[in-house]
Amino acid sequence: MDINFSEAELAFRDEVRAFLKDAWNEELASQAKQPGSYKDVQVAWERKLNSKGWAAPLWPVEHGGAGWTPTQSYIFENERAAVGAPDVSPFGLKMVGPVIYSFGNDAQKERFLPRILNADDWWCQGYSEPGAGSDLASLKTKAERDGDHYVINGAKIWTTLAQHANWMFCLVRTSSEGKPQQGISFILIDMTSPGITVRPIVTIDGEHHLNEVIFEEVRVPVENLIGEENKGWTYAKSLLAHERTAIAGVADSKRNLAEVKKLAAAEVNGGRAMIEDPIFRQRICDIEIDLMALEFTELRVLASMSKGNGPGVESSLLKLKGTEIQQSIQELKLDLAGYFGTVVQDGASNEQVGHDFGDVARRGFMMSRAATIYGGSDEVQKNITAKFVLGL
Amino acid sequence: MNFDFSEEQQMLKDSVARFVQDEYDFEARNKVVANEAGFSDENWQKFAELGWLSIPFAEDLGGFGGGATDTMAVMEEMGKGLVAEPFAASVLMFGGLLQASAQSEERDALIAAVIDGSLQGAVAYAEPQSRYELKDVKCAAKVEGDTYRLSGEKSLVLNAVSANKIIVSARVSGDQNDEQGIALFLIDADAEGLSKTALRTMDAQLVANLKLENVPAQAICGADEGLAMLQQMRQQLIVALAAEALGIMEKLNATTLEYCKTRKQFGVAIGSFQALQHRMVDTFMAAEQFKSILYRAVCSIEQNESADSIEINVAALKAMLGKAAKHIGGEAVQLHGGMGMTDELDVGHYVRRLLSINAAFGDGDYHQQRFANLSLAS
Repeated sequence: MDINFSEAELAFRDEVRAFLKDAWNEELASQAKQPGSYKDVQVAWERKLNSKGWAAPLWPVEHGGAGWTPTQSYIFENERAAVGAPDVSPFGLKMVGPVIYSFGNDAQKERFLPRILNADDWWCQGYSEPGAGSDLASLKTKAERDGDHYVINGAKIWTTLAQHANWMFCLVRTSSEGKPQQGISFILIDMTSPGITVRPIVTIDGEHHLNEVIFEEVRVPVENLIGEENKGWTYAKSLLAHERTAIAGVADSKRNLAEVKKLAAAEVNGGRAMIEDPIFRQRICDIEIDLMALEFTELRVLASMSKGNGPGVESSLLKLKGTEIQQSIQELKLDLAGYFGTVVQDGASNEQVGHDFGDVARRGFMMSRAATIYGGSDEVQKNITAKFVLGL
Repeated sequence: MNFDFSEEQQMLKDSVARFVQDEYDFEARNKVVANEAGFSDENWQKFAELGWLSIPFAEDLGGFGGGATDTMAVMEEMGKGLVAEPFAASVLMFGGLLQASAQSEERDALIAAVIDGSLQGAVAYAEPQSRYELKDVKCAAKVEGDTYRLSGEKSLVLNAVSANKIIVSARVSGDQNDEQGIALFLIDADAEGLSKTALRTMDAQLVANLKLENVPAQAICGADEGLAMLQQMRQQLIVALAAEALGIMEKLNATTLEYCKTRKQFGVAIGSFQALQHRMVDTFMAAEQFKSILYRAVCSIEQNESADSIEINVAALKAMLGKAAKHIGGEAVQLHGGMGMTDELDVGHYVRRLLSINAAFGDGDYHQQRFANLSLAS
């Protein structure tokens, strides 16, 4: 039992702090508060990380990763969240990057990995379809071989930020033989190819994050296929194992809960601060205790991985519990906003009424509902845990 | 960073697990608790021989020099076997307070007798009106020459029926809820003026209510040190009992899972039903989260974090214990169906021990309130 950081780890923490002070500066932080700035801020931020060699903490060094230990990664996450700097956009660095360096050929690695590290490309994920959600393996988007190309027809849905993307990593059906999982291939698609239509889907927060992407006779060079034809399901599954550590969002939840406490001390009802309200106090404490436990669940997973073991059975609860906590914190914040949590900024006017967190709280609450749906819904996660952990 | 036991701690844990497996199955345990004392003297002597009774004591007192991790390792395994021998009451509580009190030849001799298994001890801190407050003390101590005389009532004293010596909290000065003026006293279990009424609790333990009328007593600390010593004892015991509770939760989850894999209804194992699978995933997660917060509390003690930090972690631990105990215990009964309601099955016995631990030293709500005061203080 030892959770003390080593001398080297403490020195690393100092280095992270110094880097963040410089890289996540006031200019970038205030730019991030402007509407519509998301992509520009992300790209600028990720390039700063890349120039330090920290864009991809867990990638192997030979592919341009930082080669951090899980503990270093944990330290960085905590420091990053504490100053309010964003996580990297996951699609390139956390999702397709590891698939390319694990299963791609040399030409693909040379072509794509440096551009992912430097945020030169914006990737999106083509998995879900109108008829294939939790039952992902039933996907129907078809890729048929025609000489040196695949010809793709079908539709993907819930494609996050496809409106910014110039590349998509996509699961397509190349065979209808055998089990549904066996006929799926993993292919990279240039989003500027003729025949692709991106249709916006406005979500319950009133924002445009999601899209439907339609493919009509889209020609994709065969050289964009990752690994072997019909093995795409295996590659997609391995992707899930790569980013276990940050999946619970503990560091960000700690920051968000601390912010709620601060707001609750300032928000007054009937002459009493909301942080003195017995029911509100109880709700804060319920969440905080759960989060304190989850932080150690994550540390247990990291400790196990540091020894070169697998992540351990306890890792299966990181997403389930982590997203439950994220949503509960957003609920607290929305409730704290009271009347003003209902006002849509920029609806009829941009007039600022009451405190300034109502609009953020509303959008945050609405958007957080997605956390228990994407990446395998709660119910699917529980099915998986029942089967692989409990042996049912 | 690691969450491993040392080789020595792992051996200790394995030896308790082996004892439970070889000599303490459910049937054997039922015989033990039916004894007049509520436990087995023979087992107690075995614990002494195996060195378990020496765990929390410093090496220069003849002890093993163990810390919170060692206690956790032992208690988790004892929990799995529902071990009824008074390890917590006699060794951790009574022995722990002795160790924290001023050094004297008599004290060292008493600790040696706890370690060799010849002495049983108890600690009397609760009173009829006190609920969970350690500072709510009416029992009065009056000076008489070099000694004191105690008068008052103490409630539900663990191991008092078998104890040779009892440590009692009593008020030297001040009002009922004052934090100052509480001292701890040592009395003989057969002292004149002391009467005991034995009671059995739902987890098959024997406890006793004590009536004290001018009982001769000897102070083991100063008049303003008693409350702090009791609070320190509570902190250590919460961690130890939480480890026992973890062992019980793991055992209940394992038993329930096994039952659901084998019990057939509608022609299939009931574990194939999604409604039950998801409930078992929930109880699995509850036990893992509880283990994490226990590790958090143990690490903060072992690494000498600030007193506030330790207190906040221990309060969080006990608050979560209350919820997890009722959740996991309730689901174990529910998923066993009618069988879960029977006294014949071990499930109900584990559940009752969990509920006893929930109440010990303040329930989940009480500690959540303490947690709120510590965590939300600005």
